[in-house]
Amino acid sequence: MRLPAQPGELIDRAEPLGFRLGEYRLEGFRGDTIGSALFANGRRVFSRSFKYHRPRGLLCCSGHCPNCMMTVDGVPNVRVCVEPLREGAVVTPQNVLGRLDMDFLSVVDKFGGPFTPVGFYYRTMIRPRFMWPVYEKFLRGVAGLGRLDEHAGHSRRYDVEHRRARVLVIGGGQAGRAAALAAATAGPGVVLVDESVRLADVELPGVEVLAPARALGIWEGKLVPVDSGTVLYRYRAERIIVATGTVEQPLVFPGNDLAGVMLPEAARRLIRDFSLRPGQRAIVLAADERAPEIAETLREAGVAVPRVVDLREGARQLEAHGRRGHVRRVVVDGEETKCDLVVVSGGRQPAYSLLSQAGGRVEYDESLKVFVPRDLPAGIEAVGSVTGEGIVRAEGAAAYEGSGKCFVCICEDVTTKDVKRSIEEGFDSIELSKRYTTVTMGPCQGKLCQLPSIHLYAHELHTYEATIGTTTARPPWAPVELGLLAGRHLEPTRRTSLHFRHEELGARMMWAGPWKRPYAYGEHPEDEVRTVHESLGVIDVSTLGKLLVEGPEAAQLLERLYPNRFADLKAGRIRYGVLTSDGGRIMDDGTVARLADDLYYVTTTSTGADAVTAWFEWWNAVWGYDAEIVNVTGALAALNLAGPRSRDALQRLTEDELSADEFRYLDAKHIEVAGVPCLALRIGFVGELGYELHFPSSAAEYLWDRLLADGARPFGLEPQRILRLEKGHVIVGQDTDSESNLLSAGMPWLPKMDKDDFVGKFALEHFAERDERELLVGFTMEDDVVPAEGAQIVVEGQPAGRVTSARRSEQVGAVIGLGWLPRDRADAGTRFEVRVDRRLVGARVHHGAFFDSAGERMRS
Amino acid sequence: MSFVLACPHCGPRPVDEFAYSGEVTRRPQSSPTLRELTDYVYFRDNVAGRQREWWQHRQGCGEWFLAERDTRTNEIISVSLPKPGT
Ligand code: FES
Ligand SMILES: [Zn+2]
Repeated sequence: MRLPAQPGELIDRAEPLGFRLGEYRLEGFRGDTIGSALFANGRRVFSRSFKYHRPRGLLCCSGHCPNCMMTVDGVPNVRVCVEPLREGAVVTPQNVLGRLDMDFLSVVDKFGGPFTPVGFYYRTMIRPRFMWPVYEKFLRGVAGLGRLDEHAGHSRRYDVEHRRARVLVIGGGQAGRAAALAAATAGPGVVLVDESVRLADVELPGVEVLAPARALGIWEGKLVPVDSGTVLYRYRAERIIVATGTVEQPLVFPGNDLAGVMLPEAARRLIRDFSLRPGQRAIVLAADERAPEIAETLREAGVAVPRVVDLREGARQLEAHGRRGHVRRVVVDGEETKCDLVVVSGGRQPAYSLLSQAGGRVEYDESLKVFVPRDLPAGIEAVGSVTGEGIVRAEGAAAYEGSGKCFVCICEDVTTKDVKRSIEEGFDSIELSKRYTTVTMGPCQGKLCQLPSIHLYAHELHTYEATIGTTTARPPWAPVELGLLAGRHLEPTRRTSLHFRHEELGARMMWAGPWKRPYAYGEHPEDEVRTVHESLGVIDVSTLGKLLVEGPEAAQLLERLYPNRFADLKAGRIRYGVLTSDGGRIMDDGTVARLADDLYYVTTTSTGADAVTAWFEWWNAVWGYDAEIVNVTGALAALNLAGPRSRDALQRLTEDELSADEFRYLDAKHIEVAGVPCLALRIGFVGELGYELHFPSSAAEYLWDRLLADGARPFGLEPQRILRLEKGHVIVGQDTDSESNLLSAGMPWLPKMDKDDFVGKFALEHFAERDERELLVGFTMEDDVVPAEGAQIVVEGQPAGRVTSARRSEQVGAVIGLGWLPRDRADAGTRFEVRVDRRLVGARVHHGAFFDSAGERMRS
Repeated sequence: MSFVLACPHCGPRPVDEFAYSGEVTRRPQSSPTLRELTDYVYFRDNVAGRQREWWQHRQGCGEWFLAERDTRTNEIISVSLPKPGT
């Protein structure tokens, strides 16, 4: 039943919205929150409490407390009192076994059970040890809040957006709006953030209003993440104005958690915003000056208010009693009043959390009896009641005497008895006691329990609130969905321009760094290996990093970056290059082709492109050579055509001469393939005759299709791995680690130590003076078993090394691999053992390529 | 870390756009002793105070530059483009 239209009501009575609560179909209006619509449908119990499963109803109606948390459309812990109602919403209660008003778990409340004493987690659940799995299962079932939908899938998308503001105002009350308007007169860039839907339609000239949205915290550098539902705005502000106002405080008395006990703002919102009568017969209990005002509001809405108690007059005993969790009567100093609504006002506490996170100090104000923010850092301001302005001192008892459970913290079900007990047990510091009792650690994050618990501590310890101090306010200030924090950042998935061709061909895709690449196209990677050895294969190597290094001093730059020599490389020729750090670590490898005197084309590993680019640019910032580095990785596609038939196949698609004399091994040439201009590199990528074509990625699908039509068969990363292992090729980062260097990893021929300088030279000079402890060598297994990568190498019963790569090779007719061995065990033919599935299998050291060791096939 | 850093090209931007590359080190000129080399490769002053360090505007213009930062407060005292060869 709604009241007659209220002047500022938010609901649109012309537009009913249907939604569901469990099995019930209910109706509300546009403009309702789910909470107000449920209330309008007669629902009074909204949740069951955390520990005791006590029925709880709307307390604050402002999104501060835990009482109205429900699961909405699969998202748990939604505060329905502030969640806008939408057509078709599916609402389910949580933390309930059975129905909300008949929760079977509430026996915990009646009979105590193991949950009664404070600290039961730490004490009761320790022994006997073997019982823990049972305890754990039970605890997880009854405690906790909400339940995640394991099958939710990716129904919601979250994004992160970076924004800037000249002035960011947090809080859209009177003071916040005035501050925003004042700031807007000085220029643009003013943003106002407010939690309430009410603000969404408010027009403030020159101010961008973001509502409903929540500022989650204030971080260093005036970073304010703002939760707007599915987008997390990361605001950087030059000035931040905090106008978060106050949070109404509850009173601590037995029965204070019954449904029907409300804060004044809850009653006010139900009446004014949603035209609902919060109860029929109310008693008002106020420890501040607001009693008459509250009573007036209630009476206007037709609520009978038989009793108004100004607690400043010194009531001592106060208790509420109910039936089935609903309040029925209140007793104040022996005098009983029947009622179904109790509006309590324990004063107002400035919502200072954001200010204290920003570095402000929090101080207890003796005259106001609340904590107020002081000494704000530069660029952070506070306006309105958050400063303490306009607050009238509340004068109530820390806790009222009476019979029944008396809650200090409704989120965690911490009673006054628990707090007293923790003090008796010696937890006399608020920070320690907080961890023991978990007071202030629940969903309200202390909004409703911090001040009452500090009053209680001060009272029990016969000291001052200022001595007790506050607990640390940490972000987030309001609960936030994890999905939002994990929203899409700057980690894109990279796909080559042939991605969809691979999928159409049924390739099994796998991650390779940020890239998605085909693992293999068919069930058996070895079939693809055979194709390359016997006829013609093609692999998409567009993921290779591709850099152009150009300028009069390009040669000097590369000469100094690489241990190899590049100054003497002739235009049109290619050389394999390895990059090392000044500590001697092997960083990346690839080919370097000199295209002209002042132009080099550098390829890097698939995962190394960005790091190598940054590395080149950094050294050039240090040295200042006249050379430019351009990363063209994404602009160019690359295909490696390999196999004995590759020359003939390619020749059919080009008019350029490809004969062995014209286009030699390690030549780089510009040729036109099927009309596509390509840079062709003749390299022995997989050990067979082969050509690597680099060309504009827009032509990738076209050229791929032509090559396939011409008989080339695609091969994936796994066959490539086998092929390269057959040639004994080292994969940087797979076979090498931060301990490896060029001497130990089998490339002592590579560095040119007579060069004046190169990155890594100093370290190599020192490495050359000592004997490497371990060497990277190839090996052949004696049995047909494939050891795992990282498998232990055993010499004379002792662990002596590890396997880094191992594959079965049809071509070689054995399982082959690479691994690290002690130097005195690394001679060709030396026998050692490898641990495979708990047994030891013999293996022998093999130097060089396992197949075609003279490299005749790739040079043919 | 969530401060604002000024790229010499692009001006003040959130620090998330930049890559940090450590304090400025001195590379030995030629054939350092093992100790000198180890010092240069592995040891850092790690001062609590003003530090000269390398940054790259990686998600922006790509420029490498030097910044002087107070490591205690993340206050940026100055930024500058490197003078090559020093
Ligand atoms: S009633 Fe919804 S948060 Fe308090
Ligand atoms: Zn920049």
